[in-house]
Amino acid sequence: MPALLQLDKATIRFGGLTAVSELDLQIGRGELVALIGPNGAGKTTAFNLITGVYQPTSGAIFFDGQSIVGQKPYRITARGIARTFQNIRLFPSLSVFDNVRTVFHLHLRGDVRHALWRGQGYHAEEKSIAQRVLELLEIFQLGKFRDEPAKSLSYGDQRRLEIVRALAAEPRLLLLDEPAAGMNATEKVELTRLIRFIRDKFQIAILLVEHDMQLVMGIGERIVVLDYGVKIAEGSPEEVRANPKVIAAYLGD
Amino acid sequence: MNFRHAKTILLAAWGVSLLASLAASRINPYWLYVFYDIGIGIVMAVSLNLINGYTGQFSLGHAGFMAVGAYVSAVITNQCGDLSMFAANGIFALALLAGGLSAALAGLLVGIPTLRLRGDYLAIVTLGFGEIIRVLLQNMDKVGAARGLSVMHGWTNLFWTFGLAAVTVYVVAALVNSTYGRGFMAVHDDEVAAEAMGLNTTKYKVTAFVVGAFFAGIAGGLYAHSKQFITPGGFGFMQSITFVVMVILGGMGNTIGVILAAILLTLLPEGLRMLAGIEHLAGFSANRPLSWLGETRMIIYSLLLIVLMLARPQGLFSRKRNAPVK
Repeated sequence: MPALLQLDKATIRFGGLTAVSELDLQIGRGELVALIGPNGAGKTTAFNLITGVYQPTSGAIFFDGQSIVGQKPYRITARGIARTFQNIRLFPSLSVFDNVRTVFHLHLRGDVRHALWRGQGYHAEEKSIAQRVLELLEIFQLGKFRDEPAKSLSYGDQRRLEIVRALAAEPRLLLLDEPAAGMNATEKVELTRLIRFIRDKFQIAILLVEHDMQLVMGIGERIVVLDYGVKIAEGSPEEVRANPKVIAAYLGD
Repeated sequence: MNFRHAKTILLAAWGVSLLASLAASRINPYWLYVFYDIGIGIVMAVSLNLINGYTGQFSLGHAGFMAVGAYVSAVITNQCGDLSMFAANGIFALALLAGGLSAALAGLLVGIPTLRLRGDYLAIVTLGFGEIIRVLLQNMDKVGAARGLSVMHGWTNLFWTFGLAAVTVYVVAALVNSTYGRGFMAVHDDEVAAEAMGLNTTKYKVTAFVVGAFFAGIAGGLYAHSKQFITPGGFGFMQSITFVVMVILGGMGNTIGVILAAILLTLLPEGLRMLAGIEHLAGFSANRPLSWLGETRMIIYSLLLIVLMLARPQGLFSRKRNAPVK
């Protein structure tokens, strides 16, 4: 069985700058992998390659054995890769409920005509969607905010809602882009617990981009370290922590 | 919003329009035409609201789509002589549909190349499109060029005007109040996030443009067959602005508010006109003491808009919650 996500020598250049260079990366089903590196190492660029925001200059990207190079971001999401953003990007004026509900169009059987005709099937489908949205919100203790506009939530709740929204796409791979950004120590502990919980409850693979070493060391089962677009180390937290290259990259020579 | 009885409400609206239409001969003709203007205003504003309000695209060319519908339907009905009531209404329905479809096609043509543009840039392009339509019509001798086109049949009536206004409201409301349609608002809020959440944002934007243009074309047909005379100048930039004002005043993305704004903004100039026409007023010696209202009617209208926007920037009929997000 092929790996869930596989990058083969994925490279992207912006003019003379090679942001990500020949990156090999494999993520298996249900795995929790962390991608770390100092600022400007190419972590978010690697993320954007996987989600189709950027196209690789060379190299290949496979999801579940099939190439996803050249596909639009929305198609890649439909295939089972969902993401969150470094600087939260919710739908601010939509309610908490609608933020999640919007994503359920991926699982709709009907299309526009369904919505216009509003027959029995339509109402039944909308009802089951509402139920599933509420279930998801309840799991993450967001049910009580269902009718509030997303922008009125606290920072931590917005982060959580963004993750719930991504989960609504029923992904097999969840990409989290610096989820700990702007969080205090208590919130980070909470987040660690949340990420583990998601992996176990939903049985999905998670790729985490983060530069908070402590958080990563706490949850990453496998850690990939990027520096200047090149993979300099890969392994368990202990291995990575002891790797002289990693120490050099983070602390300077 | 509970939308379970939407189809029942739609049917009821048709019934009422039909009854009103049958009683039209008892209504003062002046008011009848004001009612037509209100219905047409509702169709225009509600359809524009799908593009500008819900989907967050800024179109300034809605009158251009209206022009397409007006001319196409007028050219079709002008081929017909006097018809029985039944045949006339049948032909009229087909002509309106043809006008709507032509406008929708125009919407598709404008929509596709302009989708990369946002905000001000999109506004300029749609503005340019509206002007192209106007100038093209001005130079088409077959439809009277700048002299305008006489429309033989005054087939617009209360049934078609308000029946179709009800259809417009139904379609827009049914679209945005579905799981599929929440995508329009998602595109409005954050296009990048919408795309990342699996929404084909291009398709949503084109859909908004095409559906909006379709109903603008229908409104154009109603307009042509109510005024019975259309000129390219009647579908200019200022017309588009009028509809944009209705959408903003009603509250972007608030269908009920936009309907009320369309009614208010159609009645306001008429009301001022009537005040100006009052012959005598207690306490005034002059004949027509308020006649100055007639000359300054449009200034008062504009001032009222400024005051309303200062007092209710979120839209006259919007609750704060629905205010556009900065």
